[in-house]
Amino acid sequence: MTAVQPHLPVLQVVIPLLGALLAGLLRRGTSGFALALAVSWLMPLIAVALLCQVLTGGPISYHLGGWPPPWGIEYRVDALNGFVLVLVSTIGAVGMPFSYRSVALELEPRQQAWFYCMYLLCLTGLLGITVTGDAFNAFVFLEISSLSTYVMIALGRDRRALLSSYQYLIMGTIGATFYIIGVGFIYLLTGSLNMVDISARLGAAWASQPSAVIAALAFVTVGLSLKLALFPLHVWLPNAYAYAPSFTTVFLSATATKVTIYLLIRYYFTIFGVSIDFRALPITEVIVVLSLAAMFIASLVAVFEQNVKRMLAYSSVAQIGYITLGIGLADQAGLTGGLVHIVNHALMKAALFMSMGAVFYRVGTVNLKDLAGIGRKMPITMAAFTVAGFGLIGTPGTSGFISKWYLALGAFERGWWWLVFLIVASSLIAVVYVGRVLEVAWRREPSPAIAEASDPPLTMLVPIVLLAAATVYFGFFTEWTAGVAGTVAKTLIGGLK
Amino acid sequence: MAPETLITLAILTPLVGALVIPLFHDRPNLRETVTLVTAGTLLLIVVNLLGPVLAGGRPEVTFVEVVPGLSLAFKVEPLGMLFSLVASSLWILNSIYSIGYMRGNKEPRQTSFYVCFAVALGSTIGLAFAKNLFTLFLCYEALTLSTYPLVTHKATDEAHRAGRLYLLLLLGTSLLLFLPAIIATWALAGTLDFTPGGILGGKASGLVIGVLLALYVFGIGKAAVMPMHFWLPAAMVAPTPVSALLHAVAVVKAGVFTVVKIVLYVFGLDVLSTTGANTWLIYLASGCILLASLIALSKDNLKARLAYSTVSQLAYVVLGAALATTMSLEGSAIQIATHAAGKITLFFCAGAIYVATHRTEVSQLDGLGRAMPFTFFAFLLGSLSIIGIPPFGGTWSKWMLALAAADSGHLVVVGVLMVSSLLNVGYLLSIVGRAFFLPPRDGVVTGIKEAPVACVVPLSLSALACVVLFFQIDAIQALVAGALTSPQ
Repeated sequence: MTAVQPHLPVLQVVIPLLGALLAGLLRRGTSGFALALAVSWLMPLIAVALLCQVLTGGPISYHLGGWPPPWGIEYRVDALNGFVLVLVSTIGAVGMPFSYRSVALELEPRQQAWFYCMYLLCLTGLLGITVTGDAFNAFVFLEISSLSTYVMIALGRDRRALLSSYQYLIMGTIGATFYIIGVGFIYLLTGSLNMVDISARLGAAWASQPSAVIAALAFVTVGLSLKLALFPLHVWLPNAYAYAPSFTTVFLSATATKVTIYLLIRYYFTIFGVSIDFRALPITEVIVVLSLAAMFIASLVAVFEQNVKRMLAYSSVAQIGYITLGIGLADQAGLTGGLVHIVNHALMKAALFMSMGAVFYRVGTVNLKDLAGIGRKMPITMAAFTVAGFGLIGTPGTSGFISKWYLALGAFERGWWWLVFLIVASSLIAVVYVGRVLEVAWRREPSPAIAEASDPPLTMLVPIVLLAAATVYFGFFTEWTAGVAGTVAKTLIGGLK
Repeated sequence: MAPETLITLAILTPLVGALVIPLFHDRPNLRETVTLVTAGTLLLIVVNLLGPVLAGGRPEVTFVEVVPGLSLAFKVEPLGMLFSLVASSLWILNSIYSIGYMRGNKEPRQTSFYVCFAVALGSTIGLAFAKNLFTLFLCYEALTLSTYPLVTHKATDEAHRAGRLYLLLLLGTSLLLFLPAIIATWALAGTLDFTPGGILGGKASGLVIGVLLALYVFGIGKAAVMPMHFWLPAAMVAPTPVSALLHAVAVVKAGVFTVVKIVLYVFGLDVLSTTGANTWLIYLASGCILLASLIALSKDNLKARLAYSTVSQLAYVVLGAALATTMSLEGSAIQIATHAAGKITLFFCAGAIYVATHRTEVSQLDGLGRAMPFTFFAFLLGSLSIIGIPPFGGTWSKWMLALAAADSGHLVVVGVLMVSSLLNVGYLLSIVGRAFFLPPRDGVVTGIKEAPVACVVPLSLSALACVVLFFQIDAIQALVAGALTSPQ
């Protein structure tokens, strides 16, 4: 262990990368699954070890190939990305057993090993974005995760999956281009790609060329906003989530957007925020307004969706709005709320998409009109859906309440009492779109089309129940969610200029 | 047993019952036994808490600290003690009654009915014992969600529509108004604990206090203060035992109980009377009392009439809270108990009439008194209690509220109370009058006899309770005094 420990940051990325290469050589879906499962279950162990080390001993800096920064690539783990590493790897580990049956049903046999290869590449990319301390390296990982994501979406059986994937490819490429232009500006201004180094040098650049710094900030913001689906740059998301294979949706909704949000926070609070007072720029107001638009418009669209996966996708756009609202508030309670919602939303949305994946596995559709009485036939699955749905609403006793509590408190502390009302008002729209599904699922007589349905096999059921239970657990025990998020927010806010 | 353990048991017992009931899905007799045993155990536990509370103890238990300073915690104080006693003792009567009603009507999905009932009762007890606003809010929402399946029990389109209105109004007001008020309270006072004397003293201006009070009063939709009352008549589509225990006792009383508790322990009587932030509420509550009574007069559907009567009677409790004097709050607390006994009797009777005759409209009741003497006699007793005529429990609450209004110089309010009692006579006694003195519409009443024993016994007992409450009011006063006179 002692020999391995110093290399944990790089192992977090190298293991899934090697796994992906190996999976690419496999033919049978089952062997691909076994490999992906082994890698996915190893990842949280490394992530938790890193987070514990960081929480007690401060940030870890790992020099790739022994080249010291700023010349070499640095992997840098602090409480912020340690937190995200644990989240992403845990979602992968919990979700993996679910994929077995789901992928076996939804994909052609010859595509299955390939799918697991893409999944491992995507995991590599996401963990890489999180762990790296290098702006350009983050771009590389962003592209690795995006390219593998396009494939994972395109493998959906529904032919519309191809178009959605293509749409995402175009939008994602534009986003990546914007990001790399932003990084190019930064490189011109500071001569460095190392994030810590950049943050130290940006102050001087700000003094001499403020408009160039703002341009860099703007390019990075737009590029990342496309990838994290900040309203109105979200248009790729609903179709991609709706027509992708069930497991793709589960994994992406819980991790991909969250990691990009992390990167945005990284840029705002530890790179730009250290040398310039971005809270004085109109950018925070812009983010708050766009977040509110997401919370209301996307929620309202969700109310009228007939396909439950699409409905949940629009709900994701709205819930991302809550997270970015926390970034825009940029105060202690608000940022805590945003950060904690990254975790809380990931867990509950994974539970929701998984239950819909299970429903699709059993009845082959997720259209609301076909799901009358499904609760009677698949009680455990739909009970989990119900609990996680309450989480989306933010009912007290669920983790969603904790997120909204902090966000509302942040708004109140900022003196924006009207924002408190808007936050709770958008929860009310969630009542409508979640309630619609619950009423159809529980209060209608089962239709003959679903007469044969029953709860899915344990490999699917256990992850669903675990994630739904987590939604309740983190509604009461918040030491590892809001507690850590609060510490991180304190450090981030404290480091701001 | 230590009082702390008893609190935990009181909250867990109904929830455990809810878990056990489905196990006996196929054996209705055993299933109903579980409900009755659970209800009996709960009452026993709650009664055992009474001693320590009367002796001045305030046992409390903290389950978990959710956020620093904000915990899931329970603490028994006199008002909660009174409310939990009312709810748990009436649950026993109501469970017996449910057996008669649900079987008499051959209702479907009885297992889920009893499960939701138990969860609702667990939430009610939790709400009664909540130590802080967060815990109370949690139980409040749990109560809304657990009663929604009961409201839509019939699964007709009308029931679904009513269910949507129920959920949207109760969840909507609580999320849009109640929750922001809680957040504001936390931001201003730094705590959400119910504290004698209030937590907002000196923390906010009179205007802010007034706005907060409005957010609370309208945000607590369960209190059915107009115009937030529409869910209550809509909820009458539920089976009558639900209307009886939940929409005459547990749910609506949870609402007004919350209002009283917030006035007493969050604002504090002194804060309200010195800032004058409560004046508008006195007039609003008075207006509700009259308006709801007038609407009740116009309703021919028996349950709708009773529902509007409930809206009016709940406004009495809010009025007591709004007057914000020691005596008016005593009146409010007593009204919670006496109206519960009176109104549950009336609903029991309405359900018994439905089981026996399938009649729902007041105009169909002519001449039924002879055929169903116990039911209509009980209805008479319940009505007299609600009107406030001695020797029935309801007398005391009306008396104290009137005294408190006179004391604080609100003579208009005294007038409102008197007019309201007259209106009560109009819309309640007219029903009894029709049943006993008018000839049956179709000449003779044939083939109609009393509802099953399981229906008639509970309604006779609850009618009796209205009388007992008149003579035993000292006991309630002694209990409530503990909340009102404890060192501020």
